[in-house]
Amino acid sequence: MFELLGITPQGLVAQLLVGLINGSFYAMLSLGLAIIFGLLNIINFSHGAQYMLGAFAAWIGATQLGAWIGNPEFSIGYWPALVLSPLLIGASGIVIERTMLRRLYHLDPLYGLLLTFGLALVIEGMFRHWYGISGENYEVPESLTGAFRLEGIGLALPKYRLWVVAASLAVCFASWVFIERTKLGAYLRAGTENPALLQAFGVNVPLLITAAYGYGVALAAFAGVLAAPIFQVSPLMGSNLIIVVFAVVVIGGMGSIMGSIVTGIGLGLIEGLTKVFYAQASDVVVFVIMAIVLLLRPAGLFGRET
Amino acid sequence: MPEAHAPGTEYLRVTDLHAFYGEAHILHGMDFVVNRGECVSLLGRNGAGRTTTLRAILGLTGRRSGSIMLNGREAIGMASHRIARLGVGYCPEERGIYASLSAEENLLLPPVVASGGMSLEALYAMFPNLAERRASQGSRLSGGEQQMLAIARVLRTGARLLLLDEITEGLAPVIVEKLGEVIRRLREADYTIVLVEQNFRFAMPLADRHYVVERGRVAEVVGKGEVEGRMEMLHEYLGV
Repeated sequence: MFELLGITPQGLVAQLLVGLINGSFYAMLSLGLAIIFGLLNIINFSHGAQYMLGAFAAWIGATQLGAWIGNPEFSIGYWPALVLSPLLIGASGIVIERTMLRRLYHLDPLYGLLLTFGLALVIEGMFRHWYGISGENYEVPESLTGAFRLEGIGLALPKYRLWVVAASLAVCFASWVFIERTKLGAYLRAGTENPALLQAFGVNVPLLITAAYGYGVALAAFAGVLAAPIFQVSPLMGSNLIIVVFAVVVIGGMGSIMGSIVTGIGLGLIEGLTKVFYAQASDVVVFVIMAIVLLLRPAGLFGRET
Repeated sequence: MPEAHAPGTEYLRVTDLHAFYGEAHILHGMDFVVNRGECVSLLGRNGAGRTTTLRAILGLTGRRSGSIMLNGREAIGMASHRIARLGVGYCPEERGIYASLSAEENLLLPPVVASGGMSLEALYAMFPNLAERRASQGSRLSGGEQQMLAIARVLRTGARLLLLDEITEGLAPVIVEKLGEVIRRLREADYTIVLVEQNFRFAMPLADRHYVVERGRVAEVVGKGEVEGRMEMLHEYLGV
Protein backbone atom coordinates (compact mmCIF):
# COMPACT_ATOMS: atom_id res chain seq x y z
CA MET A 1 0.00 0.00 0.00
CA PHE A 2 2.87 2.35 0.84
CA GLU A 3 4.52 1.59 -2.45
CA LEU A 4 1.29 2.36 -4.20
CA LEU A 5 1.33 5.92 -2.90
CA GLY A 6 5.01 6.27 -3.61
CA ILE A 7 6.03 6.69 0.01
CA THR A 8 8.06 4.54 2.33
CA PRO A 9 7.17 3.64 5.91
CA GLN A 10 10.52 5.14 6.93
CA GLY A 11 9.60 8.41 5.28
CA LEU A 12 6.22 8.40 6.96
CA VAL A 13 7.61 7.75 10.45
CA ALA A 14 10.41 10.28 9.95
CA GLN A 15 7.97 13.00 8.87
CA LEU A 16 5.60 12.14 11.70
CA LEU A 17 8.49 12.61 14.12
CA VAL A 18 9.39 15.95 12.55
CA GLY A 19 5.73 16.89 12.79
CA LEU A 20 5.59 15.81 16.41
CA ILE A 21 8.64 17.94 17.22
CA ASN A 22 7.26 20.99 15.46
CA GLY A 23 3.95 20.31 17.17
CA SER A 24 5.70 20.23 20.55
CA PHE A 25 7.06 23.71 19.94
CA TYR A 26 3.69 24.96 18.68
CA ALA A 27 2.06 23.53 21.81
CA MET A 28 4.49 25.08 24.29
CA LEU A 29 4.42 28.47 22.60
CA SER A 30 0.67 28.62 22.08
CA LEU A 31 0.12 27.46 25.66
CA GLY A 32 2.14 30.43 26.91
CA LEU A 33 0.25 32.74 24.57
CA ALA A 34 -3.06 31.33 25.82
CA ILE A 35 -2.18 31.88 29.49
CA ILE A 36 -1.00 35.43 28.79
CA PHE A 37 -4.01 36.25 26.66
CA GLY A 38 -6.36 34.87 29.30
CA LEU A 39 -5.18 37.16 32.08
CA LEU A 40 -3.69 40.17 30.30
CA ASN A 41 -6.07 40.23 27.36
CA ILE A 42 -3.00 40.98 25.29
CA ILE A 43 -1.71 39.01 22.34
CA ASN A 44 1.96 38.78 23.24
CA PHE A 45 3.65 39.59 19.95
CA SER A 46 7.08 39.44 21.55
CA HIS A 47 6.58 35.73 22.26
CA GLY A 48 8.75 34.68 19.32
CA ALA A 49 11.50 37.08 20.38
CA GLN A 50 11.37 35.67 23.90
CA TYR A 51 11.67 32.15 22.52
CA MET A 52 14.72 33.33 20.58
CA LEU A 53 16.11 34.96 23.74
CA GLY A 54 15.79 31.62 25.54
CA ALA A 55 17.87 29.92 22.87
CA PHE A 56 20.42 32.75 22.80
CA ALA A 57 20.73 32.75 26.58
CA ALA A 58 21.66 29.06 26.44
CA TRP A 59 24.10 29.62 23.58
CA ILE A 60 25.71 32.64 25.25
CA GLY A 61 26.03 30.71 28.48
CA ALA A 62 27.74 27.86 26.65
CA THR A 63 30.06 29.76 24.35
CA GLN A 64 30.39 33.47 25.23
CA LEU A 65 29.98 33.95 28.93
CA GLY A 66 33.36 32.47 29.82
CA ALA A 67 35.22 34.98 27.65
CA TRP A 68 33.10 37.86 28.97
CA ILE A 69 34.02 37.17 32.55
CA GLY A 70 37.65 36.53 31.65
CA ASN A 71 37.58 32.83 32.33
CA PRO A 72 37.42 30.98 29.00
CA GLU A 73 37.08 27.66 30.78
CA PHE A 74 33.74 28.66 32.25
CA SER A 75 30.60 27.64 30.42
CA ILE A 76 27.05 26.80 31.35
CA GLY A 77 25.96 23.42 30.06
CA TYR A 78 22.67 22.37 28.51
CA TRP A 79 20.97 21.08 31.65
CA PRO A 80 21.62 24.14 33.84
CA ALA A 81 20.66 26.33 30.87
CA LEU A 82 17.35 24.50 30.61
CA VAL A 83 16.51 25.87 34.07
CA LEU A 84 18.45 29.15 34.14
CA SER A 85 17.43 30.49 30.75
CA PRO A 86 13.65 30.30 31.41
CA LEU A 87 14.20 31.86 34.84
CA LEU A 88 16.25 34.71 33.39
CA ILE A 89 13.99 35.40 30.41
CA GLY A 90 10.88 34.94 32.59
CA ALA A 91 12.29 37.54 34.99
CA SER A 92 12.87 39.92 32.08
CA GLY A 93 9.22 39.34 31.14
CA ILE A 94 8.19 40.28 34.66
CA VAL A 95 10.14 43.53 34.34
CA ILE A 96 8.42 44.26 31.02
CA GLU A 97 5.00 43.58 32.56
CA ARG A 98 5.66 45.72 35.63
CA THR A 99 7.22 48.66 33.85
CA MET A 100 5.40 48.76 30.52
CA LEU A 101 2.41 46.45 29.94
CA ARG A 102 0.85 47.41 33.27
CA ARG A 103 0.36 50.96 32.03
CA LEU A 104 -1.77 49.77 29.13
CA TYR A 105 -4.44 47.63 30.82
CA HIS A 106 -6.97 50.44 30.95
CA LEU A 107 -6.53 51.08 27.24
CA ASP A 108 -7.67 49.16 24.17
CA PRO A 109 -5.87 45.74 23.90
CA LEU A 110 -4.51 46.97 20.59
CA TYR A 111 -1.95 49.07 22.47
CA GLY A 112 -0.59 45.98 24.21
CA LEU A 113 -0.29 44.29 20.85
CA LEU A 114 1.60 47.28 19.43
CA LEU A 115 3.93 47.48 22.42
CA THR A 116 4.83 43.79 22.37
CA PHE A 117 5.25 43.89 18.59
CA GLY A 118 7.59 46.88 18.95
CA LEU A 119 9.53 45.09 21.68
CA ALA A 120 9.93 42.07 19.42
CA LEU A 121 11.36 44.27 16.67
CA VAL A 122 13.75 45.96 19.09
CA ILE A 123 14.97 42.70 20.63
CA GLU A 124 15.39 40.96 17.30
CA GLY A 125 17.07 44.02 15.85
CA MET A 126 19.60 44.13 18.67
CA PHE A 127 20.49 40.49 18.27
CA ARG A 128 20.75 40.87 14.52
CA HIS A 129 23.12 43.76 15.08
CA TRP A 130 25.27 41.77 17.50
CA TYR A 131 25.24 38.31 16.01
CA GLY A 132 24.09 38.62 12.39
CA ILE A 133 21.53 36.32 10.85
CA SER A 134 23.71 33.39 9.86
CA GLY A 135 22.84 31.46 13.01
CA GLU A 136 24.97 29.74 15.60
CA ASN A 137 25.34 26.06 16.37
CA TYR A 138 24.44 24.66 19.73
CA GLU A 139 25.72 21.19 20.55
CA VAL A 140 23.36 18.41 21.52
CA PRO A 141 24.15 17.48 25.13
CA GLU A 142 26.39 14.45 25.33
CA SER A 143 23.91 12.28 27.19
CA LEU A 144 21.39 12.68 24.37
CA THR A 145 23.58 12.22 21.30
CA GLY A 146 23.04 9.22 19.08
CA ALA A 147 19.83 7.51 18.11
CA PHE A 148 17.63 4.56 18.82
CA ARG A 149 17.64 2.20 15.87
CA LEU A 150 14.42 0.52 14.92
CA GLU A 151 15.81 -2.48 13.06
CA GLY A 152 12.41 -3.64 11.84
CA ILE A 153 11.91 -0.72 9.49
CA GLY A 154 15.51 0.40 9.31
CA LEU A 155 14.95 3.76 10.95
CA ALA A 156 17.01 5.80 13.41
CA LEU A 157 15.21 7.96 15.95
CA PRO A 158 17.56 10.63 17.33
CA LYS A 159 17.52 10.56 21.11
CA TYR A 160 17.53 14.33 21.42
CA ARG A 161 14.40 14.71 19.35
CA LEU A 162 12.56 12.13 21.40
CA TRP A 163 13.64 14.02 24.51
CA VAL A 164 12.23 17.25 23.09
CA VAL A 165 8.86 15.64 22.49
CA ALA A 166 8.81 14.06 25.94
CA ALA A 167 9.91 17.23 27.73
CA SER A 168 7.41 19.40 25.94
CA LEU A 169 4.53 16.98 26.54
CA ALA A 170 5.50 16.79 30.21
CA VAL A 171 5.63 20.58 30.58
CA CYS A 172 2.32 21.06 28.77
CA PHE A 173 0.61 18.34 30.79
CA ALA A 174 2.00 19.68 34.06
CA SER A 175 0.79 23.18 33.18
CA TRP A 176 -2.65 21.83 32.37
CA VAL A 177 -2.89 19.88 35.64
CA PHE A 178 -1.71 22.94 37.52
CA ILE A 179 -4.31 25.19 35.94
CA GLU A 180 -7.21 22.73 36.15
CA ARG A 181 -6.56 21.09 39.51
CA THR A 182 -4.92 23.57 41.90
CA LYS A 183 -6.18 26.56 43.83
CA LEU A 184 -3.80 28.91 42.07
CA GLY A 185 -5.02 27.46 38.78
CA ALA A 186 -8.60 28.22 39.82
CA TYR A 187 -7.54 31.82 40.48
CA LEU A 188 -6.04 31.87 37.01
CA ARG A 189 -9.24 30.63 35.38
CA ALA A 190 -11.37 32.99 37.47
CA GLY A 191 -9.03 35.87 36.69
CA THR A 192 -9.49 35.13 33.01
CA GLU A 193 -13.25 35.41 33.39
CA ASN A 194 -13.80 38.28 35.84
CA PRO A 195 -10.62 39.71 37.36
CA ALA A 196 -12.28 42.65 39.14
CA LEU A 197 -14.53 40.40 41.22
CA LEU A 198 -11.66 38.03 41.97
CA GLN A 199 -9.72 40.97 43.34
CA ALA A 200 -12.73 42.09 45.36
CA PHE A 201 -12.60 38.64 47.00
CA GLY A 202 -9.09 39.43 48.25
CA VAL A 203 -6.90 37.87 45.58
CA ASN A 204 -3.92 39.99 44.56
CA VAL A 205 -4.82 40.02 40.88
CA PRO A 206 -2.05 42.40 39.74
CA LEU A 207 0.49 39.94 41.15
CA LEU A 208 -1.32 37.03 39.49
CA ILE A 209 -1.10 38.86 36.16
CA THR A 210 2.61 39.48 36.59
CA ALA A 211 3.19 35.83 37.45
CA ALA A 212 1.14 34.65 34.47
CA TYR A 213 3.15 36.81 32.09
CA GLY A 214 6.41 35.63 33.63
CA TYR A 215 5.32 32.01 33.32
CA GLY A 216 4.19 32.37 29.70
CA VAL A 217 7.50 34.01 28.79
CA ALA A 218 9.48 31.39 30.71
CA LEU A 219 7.66 28.68 28.73
CA ALA A 220 8.73 30.39 25.50
CA ALA A 221 12.33 30.53 26.73
CA PHE A 222 12.19 26.86 27.74
CA ALA A 223 11.04 26.01 24.23
CA GLY A 224 13.90 28.14 22.93
CA VAL A 225 16.51 26.15 24.86
CA LEU A 226 14.97 22.88 23.67
CA ALA A 227 15.09 24.18 20.12
CA ALA A 228 18.70 25.41 20.26
CA PRO A 229 20.37 22.07 19.38
CA ILE A 230 17.80 21.30 16.65
CA PHE A 231 17.52 24.59 14.80
CA GLN A 232 20.16 27.24 14.31
CA VAL A 233 20.26 29.76 17.14
CA SER A 234 19.45 32.86 15.13
CA PRO A 235 17.77 36.21 15.79
CA LEU A 236 15.06 35.26 13.30
CA MET A 237 14.24 31.82 14.67
CA GLY A 238 11.31 33.22 16.65
CA SER A 239 9.65 35.26 13.96
CA ASN A 240 9.77 32.28 11.59
CA LEU A 241 7.97 30.09 14.07
CA ILE A 242 5.60 32.52 15.71
CA ILE A 243 3.47 33.15 12.64
CA VAL A 244 2.47 29.49 12.57
CA VAL A 245 1.94 29.60 16.34
CA PHE A 246 -0.51 32.49 15.99
CA ALA A 247 -2.42 30.43 13.45
CA VAL A 248 -2.43 27.55 15.97
CA VAL A 249 -3.83 29.87 18.64
CA VAL A 250 -6.59 31.04 16.32
CA ILE A 251 -7.48 27.46 15.37
CA GLY A 252 -7.46 26.23 18.96
CA GLY A 253 -9.46 29.16 20.30
CA MET A 254 -8.00 32.22 21.97
CA GLY A 255 -7.11 31.59 25.58
CA SER A 256 -8.09 27.91 25.72
CA ILE A 257 -5.41 25.95 27.60
CA MET A 258 -6.25 22.42 26.48
CA GLY A 259 -7.12 23.75 23.04
CA SER A 260 -3.68 25.23 22.51
CA ILE A 261 -1.88 22.03 23.54
CA VAL A 262 -4.01 19.65 21.46
CA THR A 263 -4.10 21.95 18.45
CA GLY A 264 -0.35 22.56 18.62
CA ILE A 265 0.55 18.89 18.54
CA GLY A 266 -2.22 18.04 16.08
CA LEU A 267 -1.20 20.69 13.58
CA GLY A 268 2.44 19.66 13.82
CA LEU A 269 1.40 16.13 12.88
CA ILE A 270 -0.84 17.34 10.07
CA GLU A 271 2.05 19.40 8.72
CA GLY A 272 4.30 16.34 8.87
CA LEU A 273 1.74 14.19 7.06
CA THR A 274 1.29 16.83 4.41
CA LYS A 275 5.03 16.72 3.77
CA VAL A 276 4.69 13.02 3.06
CA PHE A 277 1.66 13.11 0.84
CA TYR A 278 1.86 16.50 -0.85
CA ALA A 279 5.00 18.31 0.20
CA GLN A 280 4.24 21.48 -1.75
CA ALA A 281 1.30 22.22 0.54
CA SER A 282 3.10 21.68 3.83
CA ASP A 283 3.89 25.36 4.38
CA VAL A 284 0.34 26.52 3.85
CA VAL A 285 -1.72 23.68 5.29
CA VAL A 286 -1.92 25.32 8.74
CA PHE A 287 -3.23 28.54 7.24
CA VAL A 288 -5.74 26.70 5.08
CA ILE A 289 -7.03 24.97 8.22
CA MET A 290 -7.12 28.33 9.98
CA ALA A 291 -9.25 29.80 7.22
CA ILE A 292 -11.66 26.86 7.32
CA VAL A 293 -11.94 26.95 11.11
CA LEU A 294 -12.55 30.70 11.07
CA LEU A 295 -15.34 30.21 8.55
CA LEU A 296 -17.05 27.35 10.40
CA ARG A 297 -16.26 28.14 14.06
CA PRO A 298 -14.97 31.68 14.50
CA ALA A 299 -14.24 31.14 18.22
CA GLY A 300 -11.82 28.32 17.39
CA LEU A 301 -12.10 24.58 17.94
CA PHE A 302 -11.89 24.81 21.74
CA GLY A 303 -13.01 28.40 22.22
CA ARG A 304 -16.26 29.39 23.92
CA GLU A 305 -18.75 30.94 21.56
CA THR A 306 -19.93 34.18 23.04
CA MET B 1 -8.83 40.67 64.81
CA PRO B 2 -9.47 39.35 68.28
CA GLU B 3 -10.66 42.49 70.07
CA ALA B 4 -14.23 42.14 71.26
CA HIS B 5 -16.72 44.62 69.90
CA ALA B 6 -19.46 45.80 72.15
CA PRO B 7 -22.83 45.85 70.39
CA GLY B 8 -23.34 49.21 68.79
CA THR B 9 -19.71 49.48 67.77
CA GLU B 10 -19.35 51.11 64.40
CA TYR B 11 -18.25 48.63 61.73
CA LEU B 12 -18.59 50.62 58.55
CA ARG B 13 -18.72 54.40 58.31
CA VAL B 14 -18.97 55.99 54.89
CA THR B 15 -18.41 59.75 54.92
CA ASP B 16 -18.75 62.15 52.00
CA LEU B 17 -18.05 59.38 49.48
CA HIS B 18 -17.69 60.52 45.89
CA ALA B 19 -17.09 58.04 43.08
CA PHE B 20 -16.59 58.28 39.34
CA TYR B 21 -16.71 55.99 36.34
CA GLY B 22 -14.38 57.73 33.94
CA GLU B 23 -15.75 61.27 33.74
CA ALA B 24 -19.17 60.34 35.09
CA HIS B 25 -19.64 61.53 38.66
CA ILE B 26 -21.95 58.91 40.21
CA LEU B 27 -21.76 59.32 44.00
CA HIS B 28 -22.10 62.83 45.36
CA GLY B 29 -21.21 62.49 49.01
CA MET B 30 -22.75 59.30 50.42
CA ASP B 31 -22.92 59.22 54.23
CA PHE B 32 -24.06 56.24 56.27
CA VAL B 33 -23.08 54.09 59.23
CA VAL B 34 -23.52 50.40 59.96
CA ASN B 35 -22.85 49.10 63.45
CA ARG B 36 -21.58 45.65 64.17
CA GLY B 37 -24.34 43.07 63.91
CA GLU B 38 -26.73 45.46 62.19
CA CYS B 39 -28.48 45.03 58.88
CA VAL B 40 -29.15 48.19 56.90
CA SER B 41 -30.68 48.58 53.49
CA LEU B 42 -29.90 51.01 50.71
CA LEU B 43 -33.16 51.72 48.92
CA GLY B 44 -33.73 53.78 45.85
CA ARG B 45 -34.52 53.77 42.18
CA ASN B 46 -32.32 52.16 39.55
CA GLY B 47 -29.40 54.46 38.84
CA ALA B 48 -29.61 56.20 42.23
CA GLY B 49 -26.10 55.00 43.07
CA ARG B 50 -26.71 52.06 45.42
CA THR B 51 -24.71 49.46 43.46
CA THR B 52 -21.99 52.04 42.88
CA THR B 53 -21.84 52.63 46.64
CA LEU B 54 -21.05 48.96 47.26
CA ARG B 55 -18.56 48.90 44.40
CA ALA B 56 -16.89 52.09 45.68
CA ILE B 57 -16.52 50.57 49.16
CA LEU B 58 -14.66 47.68 47.51
CA GLY B 59 -12.55 49.90 45.29
CA LEU B 60 -14.20 48.66 42.09
CA THR B 61 -15.12 52.07 40.68
CA GLY B 62 -12.81 54.58 39.11
CA ARG B 63 -11.59 57.57 41.10
CA ARG B 64 -13.20 57.99 44.55
CA SER B 65 -12.82 60.38 47.45
CA GLY B 66 -14.14 60.81 50.96
CA SER B 67 -13.73 58.31 53.75
CA ILE B 68 -14.58 54.63 54.20
CA MET B 69 -13.81 53.47 57.73
CA LEU B 70 -13.92 49.67 57.87
CA ASN B 71 -13.54 48.13 61.28
CA GLY B 72 -11.42 51.09 62.34
CA ARG B 73 -9.27 51.22 59.18
CA GLU B 74 -9.40 53.83 56.44
CA ALA B 75 -10.03 51.95 53.16
CA ILE B 76 -10.41 54.80 50.67
CA GLY B 77 -6.87 54.52 49.34
CA MET B 78 -6.59 50.72 49.43
CA ALA B 79 -6.50 48.35 46.48
CA SER B 80 -9.50 46.11 46.10
CA HIS B 81 -7.84 42.93 47.37
CA ARG B 82 -6.67 44.64 50.56
CA ILE B 83 -10.15 45.91 51.31
CA ALA B 84 -11.52 42.37 51.04
CA ARG B 85 -8.87 41.28 53.52
CA LEU B 86 -10.39 43.65 56.10
CA GLY B 87 -13.26 41.20 56.27
CA VAL B 88 -15.66 42.27 53.54
CA GLY B 89 -17.73 39.74 51.59
CA TYR B 90 -19.41 40.83 48.36
CA CYS B 91 -22.30 39.43 46.33
CA PRO B 92 -22.42 41.40 43.11
CA GLU B 93 -25.70 42.22 41.43
CA GLU B 94 -24.94 39.95 38.48
CA ARG B 95 -23.98 37.24 41.03
CA GLY B 96 -20.53 36.77 39.52
CA ILE B 97 -20.58 32.97 39.35
CA TYR B 98 -17.58 31.83 37.32
CA ALA B 99 -18.82 29.80 34.35
CA SER B 100 -15.55 27.96 33.83
CA LEU B 101 -15.41 26.75 37.45
CA SER B 102 -17.57 24.07 39.02
CA ALA B 103 -20.02 25.01 41.78
CA GLU B 104 -17.64 23.71 44.42
CA GLU B 105 -14.64 25.47 42.87
CA ASN B 106 -16.70 28.67 42.94
CA LEU B 107 -17.49 28.02 46.58
CA LEU B 108 -13.84 27.47 47.45
CA LEU B 109 -12.53 30.33 45.30
CA PRO B 110 -12.50 33.39 47.60
CA PRO B 111 -9.50 33.29 49.93
CA VAL B 112 -10.18 33.04 53.65
CA VAL B 113 -9.78 36.56 55.03
CA ALA B 114 -10.41 35.87 58.71
CA SER B 115 -10.97 32.94 61.00
CA GLY B 116 -14.50 31.96 61.92
CA GLY B 117 -15.87 31.35 58.44
CA MET B 118 -18.39 28.57 57.87
CA SER B 119 -17.17 25.12 56.90
CA LEU B 120 -18.08 23.51 53.61
CA GLU B 121 -20.29 21.03 55.51
CA ALA B 122 -22.15 23.81 57.31
CA LEU B 123 -22.70 25.63 54.03
CA TYR B 124 -24.00 22.51 52.31
CA ALA B 125 -26.32 21.98 55.28
CA MET B 126 -27.57 25.56 54.90
CA PHE B 127 -27.93 25.26 51.11
CA PRO B 128 -28.70 21.57 50.38
CA ASN B 129 -29.27 22.31 46.68
CA LEU B 130 -25.63 23.32 46.30
CA ALA B 131 -24.45 20.00 47.72
CA GLU B 132 -26.35 18.21 44.96
CA ARG B 133 -24.95 20.47 42.27
CA ARG B 134 -21.39 20.69 43.56
CA ALA B 135 -19.82 19.17 40.44
CA SER B 136 -21.88 21.22 37.95
CA GLN B 137 -20.28 23.98 35.93
CA GLY B 138 -21.14 27.43 37.25
CA SER B 139 -22.91 28.25 34.00
CA ARG B 140 -25.33 25.32 34.40
CA LEU B 141 -26.83 26.45 37.71
CA SER B 142 -30.28 28.00 37.88
CA GLY B 143 -30.66 31.64 38.92
CA GLY B 144 -31.65 30.64 42.45
CA GLU B 145 -28.76 28.21 42.77
CA GLN B 146 -26.36 30.86 41.52
CA GLN B 147 -27.62 33.32 44.12
CA MET B 148 -27.30 30.75 46.92
CA LEU B 149 -23.78 30.00 45.71
CA ALA B 150 -22.88 33.69 45.57
CA ILE B 151 -23.92 34.09 49.23
CA ALA B 152 -22.44 30.79 50.42
CA ARG B 153 -19.17 31.70 48.73
CA VAL B 154 -18.55 34.71 50.97
CA LEU B 155 -19.71 32.99 54.17
CA ARG B 156 -16.78 30.58 53.93
CA THR B 157 -14.17 33.33 54.03
CA GLY B 158 -14.75 34.58 57.55
CA ALA B 159 -15.87 38.01 56.26
CA ARG B 160 -18.05 39.69 58.88
CA LEU B 161 -19.39 42.51 56.72
CA LEU B 162 -21.59 41.34 53.85
CA LEU B 163 -22.40 43.64 50.95
CA LEU B 164 -25.37 42.02 49.20
CA ASP B 165 -26.51 43.58 45.93
CA GLU B 166 -30.07 42.83 44.76
CA ILE B 167 -30.02 39.25 45.94
CA THR B 168 -33.73 38.73 45.31
CA GLU B 169 -33.75 40.09 41.78
CA GLY B 170 -35.46 37.82 39.29
CA LEU B 171 -36.01 34.95 41.71
CA ALA B 172 -39.16 32.96 42.44
CA PRO B 173 -41.06 33.89 45.65
CA VAL B 174 -40.20 30.60 47.34
CA ILE B 175 -36.48 31.28 46.84
CA VAL B 176 -36.86 34.88 48.01
CA GLU B 177 -38.47 33.50 51.17
CA LYS B 178 -35.56 31.13 51.66
CA LEU B 179 -33.09 34.02 51.23
CA GLY B 180 -34.97 36.05 53.86
CA GLU B 181 -34.56 33.13 56.24
CA VAL B 182 -30.83 32.99 55.45
CA ILE B 183 -30.41 36.70 56.18
CA ARG B 184 -32.25 36.30 59.50
CA ARG B 185 -29.91 33.47 60.47
CA LEU B 186 -26.88 35.54 59.51
CA ARG B 187 -28.14 38.39 61.67
CA GLU B 188 -28.50 36.02 64.59
CA ALA B 189 -24.92 34.91 63.95
CA ASP B 190 -23.87 38.56 64.36
CA TYR B 191 -22.95 39.30 60.75
CA THR B 192 -23.04 42.95 59.67
CA ILE B 193 -25.06 43.32 56.49
CA VAL B 194 -25.66 45.99 53.87
CA LEU B 195 -28.58 45.09 51.61
CA VAL B 196 -29.08 46.88 48.33
CA GLU B 197 -32.69 46.14 47.48
CA GLN B 198 -35.29 47.04 44.94
CA ASN B 199 -37.73 44.78 46.74
CA PHE B 200 -38.77 46.96 49.67
CA ARG B 201 -41.10 44.29 51.07
CA PHE B 202 -38.08 41.97 51.37
CA ALA B 203 -35.84 44.55 53.05
CA MET B 204 -38.45 46.05 55.38
CA PRO B 205 -38.58 43.32 58.04
CA LEU B 206 -34.86 42.52 57.81
CA ALA B 207 -33.15 45.89 58.11
CA ASP B 208 -32.62 47.95 61.25
CA ARG B 209 -32.41 51.09 59.17
CA HIS B 210 -33.17 52.09 55.61
CA TYR B 211 -31.12 54.65 53.75
CA VAL B 212 -32.98 56.12 50.82
CA VAL B 213 -30.47 56.93 48.10
CA GLU B 214 -31.23 59.53 45.47
CA ARG B 215 -28.79 61.03 42.93
CA GLY B 216 -25.71 59.60 44.57
CA ARG B 217 -26.39 60.69 48.14
CA VAL B 218 -28.52 59.66 51.09
CA ALA B 219 -31.81 61.55 50.94
CA GLU B 220 -33.60 60.06 53.95
CA VAL B 221 -32.94 57.72 56.84
CA VAL B 222 -35.81 55.62 58.10
CA GLY B 223 -35.55 53.56 61.28
CA LYS B 224 -37.26 50.20 61.52
CA GLY B 225 -40.03 51.55 63.72
CA GLU B 226 -40.70 54.60 61.55
CA VAL B 227 -41.51 52.77 58.35
CA GLU B 228 -45.30 52.74 58.83
CA GLY B 229 -45.45 56.46 59.50
CA ARG B 230 -43.27 57.44 56.55
CA MET B 231 -44.76 55.18 53.93
CA GLU B 232 -45.86 58.12 51.82
CA MET B 233 -42.36 59.54 51.58
CA LEU B 234 -40.95 56.09 50.75
CA HIS B 235 -43.53 55.61 48.00
CA GLU B 236 -42.56 58.92 46.55
CA TYR B 237 -38.85 58.14 46.47
CA LEU B 238 -39.09 54.53 45.39
CA GLY B 239 -41.96 54.94 42.99
CA VAL B 240 -43.62 51.78 44.28
